[in-house]
Amino acid sequence: MTSTIHDIGYRHYDGPRLGRAYVLRSLFVHNLRAAFGLGRPIKSKVMPFLLFGAMLLPAVGSVAALALTKEPGALIRYSAYAVFLQPLVAIFLAAQSPVIASREMRFNVVPLYFSRPLGRFDYVLAKYGAFATALFILLATPVTLLYAGALATREPRQPNPGEAPPPQLPGIGEHTVHYLEGLAGCVLFALVLGGLGLVVAAFTPRRGFGVASVIAVYLVSLTVVTIVQGIAESQSKYTISGWAGLFTPFYLVDGVQVRLFGAETSTPQPPPGPFGGVVFAAACAALIVAAVGILYARFRKAGLR
Amino acid sequence: MNATIAYITFRGMLGRRRALLLLALPVILLLLAITLTATGYNDLSSSTAVLQRFALGALLPLLALIAGTGVIGPEIDDGQIMYILTKPIPRPVITTTKLLVAMALIVLFAVAPTLLAGLIMSGVTAQLAFAFTVGVFVGGMAYCAVFVALAVVSRFAVTIGLLYALVWEVLIGNVAPGARKLSILQWATSVTDSLTSATAVTSEVSLGIAVTLLVIVTVGGAALAGIRLRTLSITGAE
Repeated sequence: MTSTIHDIGYRHYDGPRLGRAYVLRSLFVHNLRAAFGLGRPIKSKVMPFLLFGAMLLPAVGSVAALALTKEPGALIRYSAYAVFLQPLVAIFLAAQSPVIASREMRFNVVPLYFSRPLGRFDYVLAKYGAFATALFILLATPVTLLYAGALATREPRQPNPGEAPPPQLPGIGEHTVHYLEGLAGCVLFALVLGGLGLVVAAFTPRRGFGVASVIAVYLVSLTVVTIVQGIAESQSKYTISGWAGLFTPFYLVDGVQVRLFGAETSTPQPPPGPFGGVVFAAACAALIVAAVGILYARFRKAGLR
Repeated sequence: MNATIAYITFRGMLGRRRALLLLALPVILLLLAITLTATGYNDLSSSTAVLQRFALGALLPLLALIAGTGVIGPEIDDGQIMYILTKPIPRPVITTTKLLVAMALIVLFAVAPTLLAGLIMSGVTAQLAFAFTVGVFVGGMAYCAVFVALAVVSRFAVTIGLLYALVWEVLIGNVAPGARKLSILQWATSVTDSLTSATAVTSEVSLGIAVTLLVIVTVGGAALAGIRLRTLSITGAE
């Protein structure tokens, strides 16, 4: 704390220091803003906000459909939203994870961060936390919109004369429970996807290639799993089909949502039984811990140059 | 066509770690084909699924995106393109050379592995391997032309290309069938469909329209790239 490499012999500062928490908070806020292009030229804001807007559109449409038809099925399920719009989420992940993970590496400024009293672990934690928060905002905002729409539409449709009474809309309590489950799913989606995106982007610093490699991991894993599931189901081997979901990020998190958070499945085949849910959750946890570890090692190396 | 530009572009695309990314994708396709054949799941429907979903639906757009934007995008980004632009070489020659390099990479990393994977899984049954090789080839040419033009026009070529390939062709295509008519993937599928007797391959676009549109898009993309490079303005990276 007392002397950094910027000490060039002038009178020292003896006042209060703001400390570790302040450094962490500043880095977190800076990276969170960077994930949406805030504080950068307008060109950097175009893509994140375009994708954010595109994520909201189906929710708006769904809420409008619910308000007009009063059919409970018109509202997209909270837990299915991220899986349903996974191409958009994956593109946001691919487009923005190089911004967080590799821009500083590309311009060789990582050593400047570490020449300050800032721990490498704090640096990684702030980046990961900020990016996961950005993804959570991306995923949770449309889900919250759906919830607000569900609360606003309470009256069932007036039956036409001589018609059976229309289906009752689910109560507020039921909606709140499902909404909270959906939010828990969003947190897990944000952590798993963010970790995966940052690790892949951190190893491909060249502009453009980072985006392509993140999307390659998503698309290739999804396609291979889909093919394997298709073959397994044509042979009626549903257990194998369920386990195959372990190997692609969206199905992995949805498996946890289905088995541990009690959501309906949004994938071709959920993991088998409660045991599958525990394994899927363990895989998520392992992925998150591994991501932090790999990023730590990667930035330590980048900080030496 | 300019041999020096072609050589520099090849070196830029295949240098060091970048070649690994290009190589990893076809290797996964071949591993999948070998695994399915070794475990005996290489019947016609599985082979079709692998070739259609993986080779045509995932590998081809990804590689075309990496190759198409990679041959010119990074140079425009960091301003190195100026060293070529200030030479007395016609701009369309520059873009055509780079487009041909991208197409050669596609033949090497997507078309050839598709043929190989098809032959491993289904041999010559129903002309499946051959039909998909032709489909991947014509689709690859069109994708490359579009993505090279995109890379000249916009700094966000990779993201816009992804939005087209994933959101337009897949997400919107699934919900609104009309979108499938304007999709390079569907046109390539149509060409494949006409060459194989496997019934699992179907396309909504007739062969005549598909071929016409493929030619228009390929030639149009190549021309647009050349025209837009004539008035390129260089701005600082990021």
